[in-house]
Amino acid sequence: MSLATETTARPAGNFRVTRSQRNVAWTGAVALIVVAVFAFFPYIVYSGTTAILVQAFIVLTLASMWNLLAGYAGLVSVGQQAFVGLGAYFVLILALHGFSPFAALPVAAIVCGVAALPMWWLVSRLRSGYFAIATWVLAATIMLIIEKFTSIGGGSGMPLPGFTGMDPTLLTAYTYWAGLAVTVLALTGVYLLLRGRIGLVLTAVRDDEVAARSSGSRVGLARLLVFVVAGVGCGAAGGVLAISQLQVQPSADFSVQWTAEMAFATIIGGLGTIEGPIIGTAVYMVLQQTLASYNAWYLIVLGLVAILVALFARRGLWGLIDERLNIRLFPVGYWLRTGDTANRRARDARNG
Amino acid sequence: MAWVNAIIQGVLTGGLYALFACGLSLMFGVMKVVNLAHGDLAVVAGYIAIGVITVTHVPVLWSFVIVVPIMAVLGYALQRTLIQSSLDRGVLTTLIVTFGLSVVIENGLLEFFTANSRGIGANLALVTGAFTIGSQISIAYLLLLIFAVAVAVLLGLQYFLSRSKYGRLIRAVADDKEAAQLAGADYRHVFGVAAAVAFATVALGGIAFGMYSNLDPTTGTDTILLFAFAAVVIGGLGSLWGTLLGGVVLGVAQQIGAQINISDELLAGYIVFLLVLVLRPQGLISRGVQS
Repeated sequence: MSLATETTARPAGNFRVTRSQRNVAWTGAVALIVVAVFAFFPYIVYSGTTAILVQAFIVLTLASMWNLLAGYAGLVSVGQQAFVGLGAYFVLILALHGFSPFAALPVAAIVCGVAALPMWWLVSRLRSGYFAIATWVLAATIMLIIEKFTSIGGGSGMPLPGFTGMDPTLLTAYTYWAGLAVTVLALTGVYLLLRGRIGLVLTAVRDDEVAARSSGSRVGLARLLVFVVAGVGCGAAGGVLAISQLQVQPSADFSVQWTAEMAFATIIGGLGTIEGPIIGTAVYMVLQQTLASYNAWYLIVLGLVAILVALFARRGLWGLIDERLNIRLFPVGYWLRTGDTANRRARDARNG
Repeated sequence: MAWVNAIIQGVLTGGLYALFACGLSLMFGVMKVVNLAHGDLAVVAGYIAIGVITVTHVPVLWSFVIVVPIMAVLGYALQRTLIQSSLDRGVLTTLIVTFGLSVVIENGLLEFFTANSRGIGANLALVTGAFTIGSQISIAYLLLLIFAVAVAVLLGLQYFLSRSKYGRLIRAVADDKEAAQLAGADYRHVFGVAAAVAFATVALGGIAFGMYSNLDPTTGTDTILLFAFAAVVIGGLGSLWGTLLGGVVLGVAQQIGAQINISDELLAGYIVFLLVLVLRPQGLISRGVQS
């Protein structure tokens, strides 16, 4: 048989490209059920439990954003606390002007995204490690500027107005739902972003930046977009933080501890997968709740675990699960399926 | 005269910032490591100095004779283990590992030594003493000494890197570690030695800051790391004398800010840093090294 017939003999319809090996509809249905169950929680559990879950929502939202930055766009930001603080303060400013803090939340998140533009212009001049510290300096600078305005509490912060006359039970429930909504939107947003064109560009950059640039990928634009989206997400989380704490305080809201928490949760769970931050947040919450009475020990343990994971299990806990079970809850890649893929996979499974 | 005084104080504190910055600059120049735990390690050095002084009763000024070798050994050990293995895995891992190290050190110090701030040799004549020029300008002996030490360290580093045989080896490895390896240099060992030198300067910076001001667990990131970085960027990446200039510009900006409004000291420094980033991202003195 000649080479030509060998290469053309295979009918074109014998392979197809899919997003997932399994039916995505099932994952979607399960996701909807999970969200519905979570939404029902304020009716069945104590307010202490929902308060802990709000904290988890904040960390999960932050971790998803940090994952987008570091895991997909290669931008290690140590200054994401800038957006947490700005989100909290924008909610405060709007609340001081008579808006309900819950109505202020989406506006504050969007304003954070706008604020990300000039910040990107400043820090994008630097690469990798210097980018990391530059974002940190920028966060410190923004905090110092915020502290200069005594009308929003100056250096000592102030309580968040706009809740007078509200039933405490209802407030707890609303806060919880706001946190849940922000988290669901953040995860959906990240998923859709990575499934789309931006996701392709980012994957290309991760594999080979020079090749991606030379084949016309608009790398700078993709990174800018990721930075803005992460600004919106972290700002929304900061807004939820302000609402759940009922106050804002510059040194707490602009603390680098936020970046430490989001980074460690992401790394432990698995950098560069959407599932990673979810697992990482679970680990974070368990550690934080168990070691709650030992002050800063949870951060020390978390930091040590993150270092070990970064060195010895680079794909994190989700990577370990994925290696064994080969599953994707959020399929953003592509599978090439040919006619005999199923047979070959079965054979691989028998041999390996 | 108050303004002249502010500028003089700024120039002198600039020496301290340059002392913070040269270790950061050296590690980046040779290993391409941006050590986010840089400031926390300086605080560790300061705490070791306090311990050494309390236990052995060495004169405060001579504590560096013990602390500098300890930090140099620690630097070599950290480079050969944690930092080298993260370097082998890429830039991202290096940043994550050094950031993790920073958080672990800072919170560890907080747990073991509380959040209390402590100074080194606070009642020493050298630390509190000053001489005056005219009626408005008062120059602290300590700041003058720190500035002199910073210049001496920079001169020493410059000489070591450009003239000595080992310095040439370090530059060769920094340029192309595979080629240097082929020519018989063990680049991992050379990296370790460079880290030891960088950590020795970190030790001096930590002790100097402990004497000039107070150390507490958060000083490492809030002050030392961010100031060191600002000095490096203002001066220009990869230039040792640029680092001194960067430190001086940062110090002067802070003192002028404090002169305008006492609470604007830090903000003024960072605004100058951001202005340099906008107007001259390659730094004031640049050898065209972009990173």
